[in-house]
Amino acid sequence: MKIVVCVNHVPDTATRVNISTNQKTIDSNGVTYVVNPYDEFAIEEALKTKEAVGGEVVAISLGNETNKETLRKVLAMGVDSAVLLKTEEAMDSLSVAKALAQEIKIQNTELVFMGKQSVDYDNAIMGQYVAAILDFNIVAAATNFNLSGNKIIAEREIEGGKETIETSIPAVITAQKGLNEPRYASLKGIMAAKKKVIEEKEIIISGNFVNVIEMKKPPQKAAGKIVGVDASAVPELVRLLKEEAKVI
Amino acid sequence: MANKFLIYVEQRDGNIKKSSFEALKKGSELAKLLNAKIEAVVIGNEIGNLEDIGGYGVNKVTHLKNAELTNYSVSAYSELFIKFAEEINADLILLANTLMGKDIAPALAVKLNCGLVVDCTELEVNNVNIIATKPVYAGKALTLVETNTPKSIFTLRPNVFTAGKSSAMKAEVIVQNIDTVNLSNNVTKVVKTEGKLDVSEADIIVSGGRGLKAAENFGMIEELAAQLGAATGASRAAVDAGWRPHSDQVGQTGKTVSPNLYIAVAISGAIQHLAGMQSSKFIVAINKDKDAPIFGVADYGIAGDAFEVIPALIEELKK
Repeated sequence: MKIVVCVNHVPDTATRVNISTNQKTIDSNGVTYVVNPYDEFAIEEALKTKEAVGGEVVAISLGNETNKETLRKVLAMGVDSAVLLKTEEAMDSLSVAKALAQEIKIQNTELVFMGKQSVDYDNAIMGQYVAAILDFNIVAAATNFNLSGNKIIAEREIEGGKETIETSIPAVITAQKGLNEPRYASLKGIMAAKKKVIEEKEIIISGNFVNVIEMKKPPQKAAGKIVGVDASAVPELVRLLKEEAKVI
Repeated sequence: MANKFLIYVEQRDGNIKKSSFEALKKGSELAKLLNAKIEAVVIGNEIGNLEDIGGYGVNKVTHLKNAELTNYSVSAYSELFIKFAEEINADLILLANTLMGKDIAPALAVKLNCGLVVDCTELEVNNVNIIATKPVYAGKALTLVETNTPKSIFTLRPNVFTAGKSSAMKAEVIVQNIDTVNLSNNVTKVVKTEGKLDVSEADIIVSGGRGLKAAENFGMIEELAAQLGAATGASRAAVDAGWRPHSDQVGQTGKTVSPNLYIAVAISGAIQHLAGMQSSKFIVAINKDKDAPIFGVADYGIAGDAFEVIPALIEELKK
């Protein structure tokens, strides 16, 4: 089976965000980019599935030249080949989804993995978009995945509980932390990745559905009050919460 | 400009979610400003107190009903929701930004080929357009966003908009019995975490971090949470150490939360954690290290040992 995994190239979560002068994006100067953390679970699940049922794993990433760093890391983990959908334009998520879906169709696959959310724009809807465009089944934020024949049994966390879902391929599965323990790239894997192909395709934007008017920093909270340094401060803290903040 | 608002009302176990009341209230305020019509739709089997929706400013709700809709199924619910939105020709659709909202809103956006902005923390009318505030990078930055399409969908972050009931008005409830249900995606089992509030829906959260040193020390965190009717949360360090489940994790690779009160116990305040909780209305920090970054976002702090402060706090609250 051919399995596709979609990966994104994002600022490390330790990044301190500064807004660029265009006031629409972050300033990428000095920012370290990494494989989107949730995508690592997606890659691991794709590789595990390939190991179980055979086939190949193709990674797709949309972005500019720098996304190749992420694709190399992914190839080093064991992904067989990669496609870079190349654009310099800022795209909204539905436009990105359409571009990914088009490539997934070309790849002629029935199983797609991706992280449940990208830690840059935090929308957590890319898998749902792609599934809807392709008319695939969707399991978003999966914490467990089993494929047997065409049948999928998956689990996911919902607010205050857990769901077990039965569905079938073709499907998009988005990965939540807890799905698996992502592997590290081996030295052999890193060497092999250098010889693997990253196919580049220039893409054309179909139109932006949403428009960012402005990006800004959130209002800074004024530093609060240190009520005390030990348990003797507790009555005063409780008084403040009751009378000043009125939250308890 | 929007003429017809549709609010998706989410139910689980036949109970309407608080976050849906927030969407109803915000929707009715915006519809009034834009002089637009508004109605609601709910999908499920037996659902209690639907007429109460009227109190939030929406006086018509359609209940799409079938016994097979008792459990949520993304395929069944999306299909019915899309069909209904198209039937009434809704051009502005609001949902709560829950797992269900994030499942079905994108499906509708694809069908309507329209702009969708998720996880909004504010919606404002500017002339005839709606401008959404959408946090990015886990809240380290905010974007102001508008859609470029005749129809628009927004999902609202739970706990940010206030639901505060406005009147005793009753809504007209129209029941539409559904003949066939698409269960190509079928939820066969739902296991609830007994008596446990989810951090994304709680008004008060008590979170513990690395400074608690061991899983068993979360006992006092749970006790404090029970005393306050709060949910328990955790920092990434506590989750990675295996002391707490990932569903409790607050922060950039966990959940972003906005409760009325967030109590951070023995959490130093890594940037990823601060990003996930700094939009809480009030923050209390309890940490031995007076220089810990968590005090930079806290309204009130005790720079002391959690093992002394928390038991004292539990006792004080019992008084």
